Amino acid sequence: MSISLFLEQVLNGLQFGVMLFLMSAGLTLVFGVMGLINLAHGSLYMIGAFAAAAIASWTGSFWLGLVASLMAAAIAGVIVEIVIIRRLYKRDHLDQVLATFALILLFSEAMRWIFGAFPLFLDVPEILSGTLSLPLGIEYSKYRMMIIVVGILIAVGLFSLISKTRLGVRIRAGESDREMIAALGVDISKLYTLVFALGAALAGLAGAMVGAIQSVEVGMGEPVLILAFVVIVIGGIGSIKGALVGAILVGLTDTLGRFLLPSFFKIFLNPSSATDIGSALSSMMIYILMAAVLIWKPSGLFGNNAK
Amino acid sequence: MRILLTALNMFWEEQKVKKLISMFALSAVIALPVFADDHKAKVGMITTLSGGGSGLGIDVRDGFLLALKGNNDIEVVIEDDQRKPDIAVQLADKMIQSEKVDILTGIIWSNLAMAVVPAAVNQGKIYLSPNAGPSALAGAGCHKNYFNVAWQNDNLHEAAGGYANSEGYKNSFIMAPNYPAGKDALTGYKRFYEGELAGEIYTKLGQKDYAAEIAQIRASGADSVFFFLPGGMGIGFMKQFAQSGIDLPVVGPAFSFDQGILQAVGAAAMGVKNTSQWSKDLDNDANVKFVADFQAEYGRLPSLYASQGYDTANLLASALKTTSVNDQDAFRKALKKADFASTRGSFSFDTNNHPIQDIYVREVIKEGDIFTNKIVATGLKDRSNAYVSECKM
Repeated sequence: MSISLFLEQVLNGLQFGVMLFLMSAGLTLVFGVMGLINLAHGSLYMIGAFAAAAIASWTGSFWLGLVASLMAAAIAGVIVEIVIIRRLYKRDHLDQVLATFALILLFSEAMRWIFGAFPLFLDVPEILSGTLSLPLGIEYSKYRMMIIVVGILIAVGLFSLISKTRLGVRIRAGESDREMIAALGVDISKLYTLVFALGAALAGLAGAMVGAIQSVEVGMGEPVLILAFVVIVIGGIGSIKGALVGAILVGLTDTLGRFLLPSFFKIFLNPSSATDIGSALSSMMIYILMAAVLIWKPSGLFGNNAK
Repeated sequence: MRILLTALNMFWEEQKVKKLISMFALSAVIALPVFADDHKAKVGMITTLSGGGSGLGIDVRDGFLLALKGNNDIEVVIEDDQRKPDIAVQLADKMIQSEKVDILTGIIWSNLAMAVVPAAVNQGKIYLSPNAGPSALAGAGCHKNYFNVAWQNDNLHEAAGGYANSEGYKNSFIMAPNYPAGKDALTGYKRFYEGELAGEIYTKLGQKDYAAEIAQIRASGADSVFFFLPGGMGIGFMKQFAQSGIDLPVVGPAFSFDQGILQAVGAAAMGVKNTSQWSKDLDNDANVKFVADFQAEYGRLPSLYASQGYDTANLLASALKTTSVNDQDAFRKALKKADFASTRGSFSFDTNNHPIQDIYVREVIKEGDIFTNKIVATGLKDRSNAYVSECKM
């Protein structure tokens, strides 16, 4: 195994992690600030991807598609929050899970109604197709590099939003004591709608960016949703920093596990059973990681123990 | 006393006569030409209609129903398995116990077929597979009530291996998801392929991102890539592979290049060779009619899945024309004759109830604005499958 192959895999892990971060940032904020388990977060990811595909094929511009994905997911988020989610904050988690699971079914069926059951076409823009030559002879996809850069920019933006702005102060306050912040005269329901829309927009953007290199189809959000839950459990619920660290840990573990484990078993097993055991074990790796983190820190890496 | 005995004797005689009459009547019923009602059958279709991979199930269903248009003898109950084995098992139980279907069909995925088929055929139901053909059901686990109308899982991959030889590939990188059909795929490719392997990877079922695998392909020094990634999995791989700038020939089975998903892959698939038992340009009467009818009915081009659904329904209708599903021995015999006009041209069943048919090599082309396939060669002539000898019925 060469060093450049290893570094390329690290970049791949980072790209996967950054994508997971966009997905889990919204999920962890909504869970942390509002105490809501939102299973329909994956549907917002799907809505973003479908909006991008539809607008990109209509206008011919990938970038307009990206803008459309942000807007469509945010608007869907606002509508869902006002019409349904708002009624669930005071209910227990089982009611929330049931209601948001119903939303998954509704959104999936709606997308099939509008766009049909077959996957849609969304391709990367001309300017980002092809590869970038990096030092050490690494050839890396320009588009994946863009995902990494965009993801890091958004992470930096979110950190400054949470730590430096007035809105961030309110979000943090809402996280630790929502009755008190309401008593201080902050319009808590507007704050909630805003946070929900922000999370939705990030999920939509992730869906659109990933849709261009994967496939835009009904049900694309649910596998990612499961990973996003793993990320926020590892990172600690409600923590943006935890979501970032957790996402990158999961991204690296999954990518490097898929790559290294089969070659590791080949050292002392015959190739076919090494491939078998390696592939089976690598698909379990992130869950093993999650279990290990929970044994070591039961509330996640950056979780708030006081809660 | 005597009177009593006489009465008893008379009663006895009368019983005998009655028995005789009823026996006679019964044999008369059997000897009579079968009533129209006996040609009726109730079919339970369990297929994937929602979530990932629903395009496949929808095509099988549409093809199946198209063939039965105007046929009032076959009643079809359709349910969605959501690509989940547990749901498929529940649906099969429901169809057998409360819907009382005679025949089951529809399953797309091999892991679902493995969960449903053995139990269903052991309860005396006929199962006609329009897609999945796991090796376990073709060899030692074969059953007289199980007919595969599509292919044994290995078939298309075997043709791909043969094609790789004819192109002179010596160092293939091969890849498939980690589930029964994925293992059958790589086994099938290796059965006919004579070169070396640059690498062999099992991916997660449902995986969409192949960056890690593509990096390994780049580093492996392979001269060709073979992959089996059905449905949405293949869309992701082809797009990412085209982006990666790796310039290697790609060959695969038709499952990543069917009509339903080619438009989503786009130009990334142009020129790729893929193997299939069916193609829209096959020139036989049944196929020309099928392609035209399908387009007229649904407003889109059919895929190989649709052709399999269509053939399955026609096979069923052909058997019901001459026998009744209630006489299972005769019904099985009628099915095995495969006396129907297949969209694939020549089609017959081998002793393990799996098809003997030609497998073609197709190339992805663009017709107007639409990406589609055309046949460029015949990969395997009259191919049966490798498991016939293991099957003891």
